[in-house]
Amino acid sequence: MSASPSSLRLGFIALNDSAPLVVARERGLFERHGVRVELVREPSWANLRDKVHAGLLDGAQMLAPMPIAASLGIDGPVAPMVAPMSLGLNGNAITVSNALFERLRRADPAALADRTRTAHALRSVVLADRERGGPPLRFGVVFPYSAHYYELLYWAASAGIDPFRDLEISVVPPVFMAEALRRGRLDGYCVGEPWNQVAVEEGVGRAVISKCDIWNHSPEKVLAFTREGAERRPEPVRAVVRALIEAARWVDEDENRREAAAMIAAAPYVDAPVSVVARGLLGRPRLGDRVVDLPDFHVFHRHAATFPWISHAMWFMTQMIRWGQVEKPFALRPAASEVYRTDLYADAAREVSEPMPEVDSKVEGEHAEPWWLEDASEPIAMGPDRFLDGRVFDPDDIVTHLEQSPVTRLRLRLDDLATWNP
Amino acid sequence: MTSQKLRVLLVDSREERSAELARGLEEAGCLVVAHTTPSHDLGSVVAACRPDVVIIDVDSPGRDTLEGMRRLDESLARPIVLFTEEGDRAAIRKAIEAGVAAYVVKGARAERVRPVIDVAIARFEAHRALVDELSRVKSTLEERKVVERAKGLLMEKRGLSEADAFATLRRMAMTRGLRLGEVAQRLIEMAEVL
Repeated sequence: MSASPSSLRLGFIALNDSAPLVVARERGLFERHGVRVELVREPSWANLRDKVHAGLLDGAQMLAPMPIAASLGIDGPVAPMVAPMSLGLNGNAITVSNALFERLRRADPAALADRTRTAHALRSVVLADRERGGPPLRFGVVFPYSAHYYELLYWAASAGIDPFRDLEISVVPPVFMAEALRRGRLDGYCVGEPWNQVAVEEGVGRAVISKCDIWNHSPEKVLAFTREGAERRPEPVRAVVRALIEAARWVDEDENRREAAAMIAAAPYVDAPVSVVARGLLGRPRLGDRVVDLPDFHVFHRHAATFPWISHAMWFMTQMIRWGQVEKPFALRPAASEVYRTDLYADAAREVSEPMPEVDSKVEGEHAEPWWLEDASEPIAMGPDRFLDGRVFDPDDIVTHLEQSPVTRLRLRLDDLATWNP
Repeated sequence: MTSQKLRVLLVDSREERSAELARGLEEAGCLVVAHTTPSHDLGSVVAACRPDVVIIDVDSPGRDTLEGMRRLDESLARPIVLFTEEGDRAAIRKAIEAGVAAYVVKGARAERVRPVIDVAIARFEAHRALVDELSRVKSTLEERKVVERAKGLLMEKRGLSEADAFATLRRMAMTRGLRLGEVAQRLIEMAEVL
């Protein structure tokens, strides 16, 4: 599709976390690494996916579960994809309408004041509605295969809410979400920045919990290509990964965040007020009643944020199974390794002297405090990775994890899954 | 579908352009049930008009809403045709071959539009049949017997065709997050009690 062998068209969606792509382009990092990149803003994830599959785009920023779903063949025909790097951690939040916020406050003010317990306030409201035969609360997410979807479900289920019985969940594009709250079409949603702070700024809703609170330092977006495309053109793909690692490094320096916010907020990219984009990027979002200091609200580089952890891919797969998106048992680790390509990452990372994990997978949720990853080319400072309910995800024991998940909607038998994942 | 007019929902942000396409569709024997700009409320519009097919501007963010309807609640799934200004036929052909959707290009004459829509619908139905078939194969023999009995009950008590009885069971299973066999079992138990 591209004009020359070292020229790539990459799709992106207007969000704060397209920062590495925007910064790499604005700072000339792609050229410095010997590849010409055209960034193409896409109106929808579906369009972006279709264009990558059809070769109209060479690659794209994707929701981390998208290349997994495509490779598993649960999002249309089987389309093998690879993700050679992660584009960042955290960055989302759940926002509710003013009306629902008031109901949550009345129902359980203590739970609402503690972000990790906000779902318990929601449960009180859900139970009251069920009692009087009211309609389920309506929540929006950005795509059926998105971290947002699994985060919303994880949050709700952590308080014993059955999202398929007690909530009505639909897909609403981020640009329409604040409007949907204003008009009462949605009671809440889970979305990436700046679309939570946009609703807060417009006075139509309150953000109640961030992705850091649901699962800290958890995966969000990846860089993705078709497997065929990445195999056919390894050089430019590696150059893009190098440029994006450097861009992520730059954007993660505190002193560069303001400049990054201005770049991203510009018309060709997110096209939103700088002040609103900056709230997330500077780690000062308004959550609940006040501005909160959350320096890890967006993490692009530190804590091995660019590394495509196999355990992250396996967590997404486990959630796909948990919520009935996958009906056929399969072996998770090999499938995850085919999509999340730590080998492609390593080739590029070495060339920009990036410290690298020497394991491709870790137990998720064990660290309430910052920690050091010693199994690495040099020790890497890691962030806390706690889930809001304190559960742990051991990628070597997914069946137990699913068995112990408070609410599920399984469409396969766990003993079948166990035979594939001994 | 052959005797009745095809119900089309048209979603486009540019009204004069979509008016032109709407005229073309009407000439081609379709009924344009609504023609709307993409909004926060597209899901409700689709649910309310129950179109046979949705034609949507390829540049609309509303595409993800349709995607969500397809994946999160199969009963709301509709075939989708994408409407594009791009005249790049090679690119469009590639997209169609990739199985993503059917495309209508701006300015295409009515008689060219209808076959594209028919193809989109046929592909959608074929895919759905395949999904049904797969889930049927997966059921154990025991489960199949139960499903057959439940289907028979629905056909007898509600006068449904076999296909409709099966579709009803499948919908119940979807909305309750249960296996087909479980729903069938419950239905049979219920019938025994009543």
